[in-house]
Amino acid sequence: MPEANSEPIVALRDVHQSFGDVEVLKGVSFGVAKGGVVCIIGPSGSGKSTLLRCINGLVPIKSGSIRVADFEVHNLHTDQEKIALRKEVSMVFQQYNLFPHKTALENVMMAPIYVLKEDPKEVRERAIALLTKVGLAAKQDAYPGELSGGQQQRVAIARSLAMRPEVMLFDEVTAALDPETVKEVLNTIRELAREGMTCILVTHEMRFARELADEVLFTDGGTIVESGRPAELFDHPRKDRTRAFLSQIL
Amino acid sequence: MQLVWDWFRWLNESTGINLTIFYDQFDRSRFASGFLMTVKLSVICIVSSVVIGVVGAWIQGSRLRVARTIVHWYIQAFRNTPPLVQLYFFYFGLGSLLKAAGGGPLITNVTWAIVSLSFFAGAFNVEIFRSGIEAVPRTTLEAAESLGFSRAQAYLRIVLPLAFRISLPALNNNLVNLVKTTTLAYAIAVPEMLYVSSQIWSDELNVPVMMNVLLICYFVLVGILVYLMHRWERAIRVPGFGI
Repeated sequence: MPEANSEPIVALRDVHQSFGDVEVLKGVSFGVAKGGVVCIIGPSGSGKSTLLRCINGLVPIKSGSIRVADFEVHNLHTDQEKIALRKEVSMVFQQYNLFPHKTALENVMMAPIYVLKEDPKEVRERAIALLTKVGLAAKQDAYPGELSGGQQQRVAIARSLAMRPEVMLFDEVTAALDPETVKEVLNTIRELAREGMTCILVTHEMRFARELADEVLFTDGGTIVESGRPAELFDHPRKDRTRAFLSQIL
Repeated sequence: MQLVWDWFRWLNESTGINLTIFYDQFDRSRFASGFLMTVKLSVICIVSSVVIGVVGAWIQGSRLRVARTIVHWYIQAFRNTPPLVQLYFFYFGLGSLLKAAGGGPLITNVTWAIVSLSFFAGAFNVEIFRSGIEAVPRTTLEAAESLGFSRAQAYLRIVLPLAFRISLPALNNNLVNLVKTTTLAYAIAVPEMLYVSSQIWSDELNVPVMMNVLLICYFVLVGILVYLMHRWERAIRVPGFGI
């Protein structure tokens, strides 16, 4: 549980972003305390995924500020600065995006070896430990094409954790999975959150968001319409738009 | 060995199938040197055209507009003109401008054939590798970036290995074509297999026989290339990726 008054590890202030003439983010502000779990919900096209991509600098922002740990994300220009940021913030994608020509173990080992330049032997031990943690020690030599969607996603989570990030971003990580495998991925994330990892999740899993989140943000049309503790937001939404959205999916 | 040569001599005397390239020592050695010249042309051109392809595809993805434009026009020039015309252009056009001190050609016809054929096949290879690079999902590259890979590392470790696997079938086709196109070097008197064969059939008047020999030789040569490429394709195949 986050401490009430601690300095947020992630802080966004008035973030604007547009693709051409289309304004995707229209002034988004929020903070995440260290060890906190924030879930972002909202209809497709509301800018949720873009928001995550802005936080780890994959997408540059138009105006506003984003701070992650000691990094001013909006002020990173060189590749070196961005690479330094990405050691702190790791991202897991909807489509897993594993490297198909590498085994599960190699997928986990690659970034620490080539980006952090760590000792391959030590990385290997850690990678096996991480695969064990996500329940896939037996699959370490399998290629992504030989794994189920849920297994691939858990490898992807292990791959991100291998960078020892401070913050994990999850972009609709269960959206491409069938209901049964969703559970195994959510269990992995739940365990991480309980261990105190700072997590920002874009998700459509409302029950999961309610159980795990310290705060839920409802976004629509590029702004945060409403935010609050999950119990408040799900049971007593204040805005009509939130109510309409929740009534559609709950 | 002499027994084999004698058998071919007997074959000629009894059936009229005149394979002088076996029983006549002079024809045997000039056909062998033609065969080796074809192999040499093929191997050198395959290697250099693949290098041109990789480098060209890499330049096409660069941020330098000038470099991209040059590669673009290079591809247009070599794809839109017949390879025979290109050979003539290099050998008679450029070659006549480049004279050595004594007045002789500075660059031999063999070298011109290698240059010309390599650029010809290289133009197609650039397009083949570029399409392979573009077929690597953008999201895979994004994942690499989000793990802190630099652009160069991501290209070297992830994009290129995948692009190469995607490109191989199309590359096979182009390299097979390249081996067959080496026969055009005949036109600038490069003593490769077709050229020496035509010399042999002029001397021995065994035209139909030599044409069959040529057909079989190219069939075997290209067959070996295809076999090697398929073995390689299988060796680097990754489960669940590609076809």
